[in-house]
Amino acid sequence: MKASSRQVSGVTVVDMSGRITLGEGSVVLRDTVRDLVAKGEKKILLNLGDVTYIDSSGIGELVSAFTSVRNQQGQLKLLKLTKKVHDLLQITKLYTVFDIYDDEAAALGTFK
Amino acid sequence: MTKRVSYSLESTLESVNKAESTAVEAAAGAGFNEDDQGNIAMAVREAAVNAVLHGNAYDPNKKFFLAFETRDGSLVITIADQGKGLDPEHIPDPLAPENLMKGSGRGIFLIRAFMDEVKFRNTEPGTEITLIKHVGRKAANAKEESQ
Repeated sequence: MKASSRQVSGVTVVDMSGRITLGEGSVVLRDTVRDLVAKGEKKILLNLGDVTYIDSSGIGELVSAFTSVRNQQGQLKLLKLTKKVHDLLQITKLYTVFDIYDDEAAALGTFK
Repeated sequence: MTKRVSYSLESTLESVNKAESTAVEAAAGAGFNEDDQGNIAMAVREAAVNAVLHGNAYDPNKKFFLAFETRDGSLVITIADQGKGLDPEHIPDPLAPENLMKGSGRGIFLIRAFMDEVKFRNTEPGTEITLIKHVGRKAANAKEESQ
């Protein structure tokens, strides 16, 4: 699991790759979002295009990240879901909770 | 023909990964397609996480047990821990509005979503969960029985 951040038009885009599972992957996601929130970054776009696998722990971590950013009056959105992640968010009824985009430029334009 | 393979595993995340990868092999060997292999492996992973994390609580003195059996066109998987036990009647519904935004509690829901049958048995101490997938059938609504 790897996460790297970049700034684009005032939004922090986090490019994630690998597996978000109990243990390392979930911890990387949690620590990355926690650090960004601590630095005052309130516009976060998680690029999950290279996330090959996510388990229930990873799904829970996405929800927790979303909630922690929202609690700081910020916005956390998702970019480029793989079919597997898309399907998991649908069956867990979380697909409509998150703002999800396929195109980065379009996603960036939605941050207020 | 019935074929059975079983494992005794340490209560570690490494064992969870091994359970998952072994499930892919077992599912492939039983004739499931790639999508089903992935879904079965995820169900096994979630059950193994429950055994290691919630059941055995990472106790190095406790093992969890994993078995794959193919019989009559079905793959029957059992995962048993030595923990404090689980009451399947009182597992919160993760789709309920009050639970939807919780950071945990979706593992058994996913197991039920991906398998055709899910059964729990209290083994005092511990819990045994049996996961059944029938070759050639899509998991629409997993049946669950408590024993």
